[in-house]
Order: sequence, then C-alpha cells, then structure tokens
Amino acid sequence: MEKLLEVHDLHVAFSTYGGTIKAVRGVNFYLHKGETLAIVGESGCGKSVTSQAIMRLIPEPPGKIVRGKVMFKGKEITRYTEKQMRSIRGVEISMIFQDPMTALNPTLTIGTQLMEGLQEHQSIRGETATSKALEMMHLVGIPNPKERLKQYPHQFSGGMRQRIVIAMALICEPELLIADEPTTALDVTIQAQILELFTTIQAKTGISIILITHDLGVVAKIADRIAVMYAGKIIETGTKRDLFYNQQHPYTKGLLKSVPRLDLKEEQLSPIDGTPPDLFAPPQGCPFTARCPYAMEVCDNVYPVTTERSSSHRVDCWLQDKRAQQLLARTANQ
Amino acid sequence: MAKVILEVNRLKKFFDVNRNQTLQAVNDVSFQINEGETFGLVGESGCGKSTIGRTILGLYHKTAGEVLYDGEDIHSLKENDRFKLHKKMQMIFQDPYASLNPRSTVQEIISEPMEIHRLYRHKKEIKERVYQLLAEVGLQRDHANRYPHEFSGGQRQRIGIARALALNPEFIIADEPISALDVSIQAQVVNLLKEIQHEKGLTFLFIAHDLSMVKQISDRIGVMYLGNLIELTKSEQLYDHPYHPYTKALLSAIPIPDPEVEEKRERIILQGELPSPINPPSGCVFRTRCPMAMLICEQQKPPFREIAPEHFVACHLYS
Repeated sequence: MEKLLEVHDLHVAFSTYGGTIKAVRGVNFYLHKGETLAIVGESGCGKSVTSQAIMRLIPEPPGKIVRGKVMFKGKEITRYTEKQMRSIRGVEISMIFQDPMTALNPTLTIGTQLMEGLQEHQSIRGETATSKALEMMHLVGIPNPKERLKQYPHQFSGGMRQRIVIAMALICEPELLIADEPTTALDVTIQAQILELFTTIQAKTGISIILITHDLGVVAKIADRIAVMYAGKIIETGTKRDLFYNQQHPYTKGLLKSVPRLDLKEEQLSPIDGTPPDLFAPPQGCPFTARCPYAMEVCDNVYPVTTERSSSHRVDCWLQDKRAQQLLARTANQ
Repeated sequence: MAKVILEVNRLKKFFDVNRNQTLQAVNDVSFQINEGETFGLVGESGCGKSTIGRTILGLYHKTAGEVLYDGEDIHSLKENDRFKLHKKMQMIFQDPYASLNPRSTVQEIISEPMEIHRLYRHKKEIKERVYQLLAEVGLQRDHANRYPHEFSGGQRQRIGIARALALNPEFIIADEPISALDVSIQAQVVNLLKEIQHEKGLTFLFIAHDLSMVKQISDRIGVMYLGNLIELTKSEQLYDHPYHPYTKALLSAIPIPDPEVEEKRERIILQGELPSPINPPSGCVFRTRCPMAMLICEQQKPPFREIAPEHFVACHLYS
C-alpha cells in the first residue's frame, strides 16, 4: 500500500517563562492511503501538537519544530515555505477541531464560510461554488441546505455546526483529514451520527483520516490502526486488533483497564495510579516508569528500544527484551 | 425496605427567557432516593439534570412541586433551618478548575465551610481536620499550603471532594464530577467516591452524561430527556432491559472499547436533534426523534408508571 504521510523523528518544543516544554519528543508514524489512524492519549501527551506540527500550525514563537521531517506524498513539507503550505492546507490536508462553536466565524453566513475555501484555493465562484456547497451540505446530512446556506452559525445546533465544519474541511476534496477530538464536545447520540458520517464519507471519497481522541470506544469503532502516545512519545502502535487484543505496553494495558465497559459487569475499575510526568523535565528513561507496575532499574535510566513484534506492531518497552522476559519468568516461579 | 431520605415530587423549574417565553428546564419530575444509595441521573446536555441537582440544594427556587429531605420541604424552610440543612447536603462540582478559588490555599478552601458553620472553636482543630480530610482523599499534609494551580485536574477534584466532606454531610450531590478529567484519572476519582461512600454510609446523587461511568457507581439510575424523567430503574436492569426507545438509543450510541463487540453491535442512530426546551413538542417530548412514534404520542403525555417491579417508564408503547 502507498504511504500518504510519513512522520520521522518529530520533536516540538515550546519556550515559556518556566522553561522549555518538550511536548513532542521523537514521534514516528505513517499513514496509508484510505486508512484511519487513531492517535490516542491523555491530555498533554502531545497528540494535538503532533497534528498541528503536520499542518505547520504551531505558533512560532513560542513553539518550534526542533527536529524531524514530515513527508506528504513523498515531498518533505516541513521544508515548505508558508506560501507553499497555504496551497496545501485545506486543499490536500484539512483539519477539523474539537469545538465546533469556536471553529466558525459568528459574523459570516455558513454559505460564505463554506465557499471561502473554494474561492481562495480553486478560484471557484458564483453558482458553481454555490452548487458545490449545496452538494457538500447534502453529503454531511444537513436538511434544507438552500435555506441553511444563508444562516449564521448561532442558528445551528452543536451537531449541525460540526457537520458544517466537516463540510468546510472536505469541500476542496483533500486527501487527508486530520480530526482533533471531533466528537468530544458532542452528546453521545450526536457523536454516533458524526462517526457514522465519517464512515460513509470515507467509503465514498477514499479519504485518509488521522483521528485524535482520548475515547477508546470511538477508536474501536472507526480506526484501522492506532498509535498510543504518552508524554510526547508514541509508546505503542499497531492495528486495531494488535492493540485491543494483544497490547504489550503496560500503559496501553492500564488505559484499557481503566475505562468502564457498558457491556460487562465489573466490580471495581482499575485506574493507573499517579499522574503523567512533567514535560519541562521529562524523565531520561521511560516516561511511564513512575506509574508502571513492572518498572525495572533500566527503565529509569534508558529509554527503551523499539521492538517490532510484527510488521505493524511496535512497542517501546524494556519488558520486550529477552533479559526482562527471563526476569519475569523467574519472579513468577518464586 | 430502605428509608427514603430525599423525595422529589412533581418538581418543575422554569426559567424566564424573556417576557413571553419560558424555558422548561425541569418539567414534572418525581423520584426518591434511599438512605445510603447512589442514585445516578443521566441525560444529554440540556436535559435538565444539573438544574434538578441545583434545585434540590435550593440553589435555584423551584417553580412548582416539592423537595423533601428527611420529610422537610427544603424550599419552605426558614433561612436559619436552611443553613443547618446545608450542613447535611453538600455538592461536588464539575469543573475542578473553576470551582476552587485560585487565590486561596487548599487549607483555606477546605476550612471555609467549617468556619462558616462554626464547627470548631480553635484554629488548630480546623487545621487537624483539614489534614485528616486530605489524607482521606489521598493527598498529603504539605499540600495544605499550596494553591489550586499547583495541582493537576484529578488532584483538584480531590480537593473539591475534601471540601464537600468537611462538614460530615449525609448527602452529596456530585454534578459531573469526572467529566473534565482524563480516563485513567476518572477511574481514580470514581473509586475514591465509592470508598468514601462505603466508609461513611453517604447518600449520593451522581449526575453525569457518561452512562458507562454512571453504571459503575450507581445503584439506581434515572434517565432524563428534555426536562422529563423518562425511565428509572436499578442499574443492572437499565442496561439489561431498557424499555424506553430513548434509553435504548442512548445505550446503543455509546461505543464500546472492544472492536469485535463493536462490529457485531446493532446501532440505533437517532435522527435529528434535541428540540428546544423553550418550545418542547406536545405529548411525549421524545416523539420527534422516536423511531416508534405513534399518533397518541403527539396527543398525550405518557404517564410515568411502574411496568415491572421497581422499573418506571414514561412511554405509550407500554400502556
């Protein structure tokens, strides 16, 4: 399969009065054409910063892409000038944000905002633009598109606004859609509608999606592959099956155990004790050491090497090392 | 039979939007909470669940109906008696960032209710009590002198819980206490609440939109839609045998973190959006989105009745 996007050794830092925050610390991943990759992690793990870095939306200063490269369709877009980036944003890569309330301009009609991208990037105006906008509104399931086009954002509900934002993102027919927590601000019944919409749109247009979320239920529903982030690093990545049924990293295991499941009767939830590390001074070794029930001495000092369990499944954990396996076997026998 | 500690009878709370429009936030809701149980109230945003919580505490004046705590009508109490009652009823708020005064130390935040109610005569006693409370919620003694911004979301919520426990209340209303927290931290806070309840025999009203968490903590659950209570039963029963079409849709909309289960599930996708509570539909409020709506649903409001032991539903399908 063709790789649409490749991210190599991405480092992003923010300088603040308190010091430098190393938000993303060496992230590697790729995305095939037509697939959905979910980036999962808790707040502050760097998942949103990673996506903003791809789009080059990190405010500079205080932020900075320190190192690494992003390849889109074989071209290194990290070297692009701002002008070149503008020709990609919204045309080849689109992004939708968490909060549909703030992503729209309250003083412009929905129609104006929808067609802005067409005018800007493809010089499509007038009736052609209107008919394209109507077509998009139909695709995202907005009833009475003709009248709705003339209305303002406040006349739409949260779910409808998110549909508009999706329509805006898709109007120039991009090849990659980055969705940053697209359903977090919505109610579950509306979330179900929007997730269904993603699936239909992907089937119709073959678009690739990077979905950033903290909700493992959403991931189980629509992702093909998953990358789990913790403290600025991808600590485990694999197919949906790899991560849900054969997860290896203690953090991934802990995360799955700490979410309650509607379909099971459990007595007690098993939370992960402690809190994520401070990214002003990230630990030298594995960042999960302080919360990890299996932490060894080596974990404190050296960041684990990446183990490839299969062509799709990679884990950064010392437990994968042969010596650790022997140690585990020995403790289990005692 | 357990003792009923809180009784909400035909409670209504309307807000005036302008001269000729009213928002019907809570419309004719009745339920009872037994001593020592956790009662979960779920529903989507705008369904009136938080308004109920606030009206029960007397933070809002009711429009009609009554709220009885231990047989006493909360809304007709004199100020002095109400003050005493608030010692028994406390609240944990949703946003751990907004509900703690950023200019007060943890010590000051937790001791404030004790000072207002003059629980102790000496400052030293209060200090000791603060330390004790901090330990109960899993924080350390030296945290007392710090300010809220020095804590993470989960820790802040623990401070909020310590403040709610300061007066040794009997009844706690927790309004979305975990929705602002990360998943791994949510489980920590839910377990803490469960522990505290177990130790102290507290009664909880747990308000949330996350059904999977509510199921974890609640004995009985009430489901709300557009200001109405539409189903109420024991927690397990609600998940195993939901009756109301809205409850069914709500349950099926929650994604389960297991791809195989997720693939096999049948999903009921509700069409349309929540109607406005300013101008709610006639008859059954859910009829505009209900896949089984009938003619009668438009004409008559379905009564809230017991259709199985301890299982109440407001739906014409079961009459």
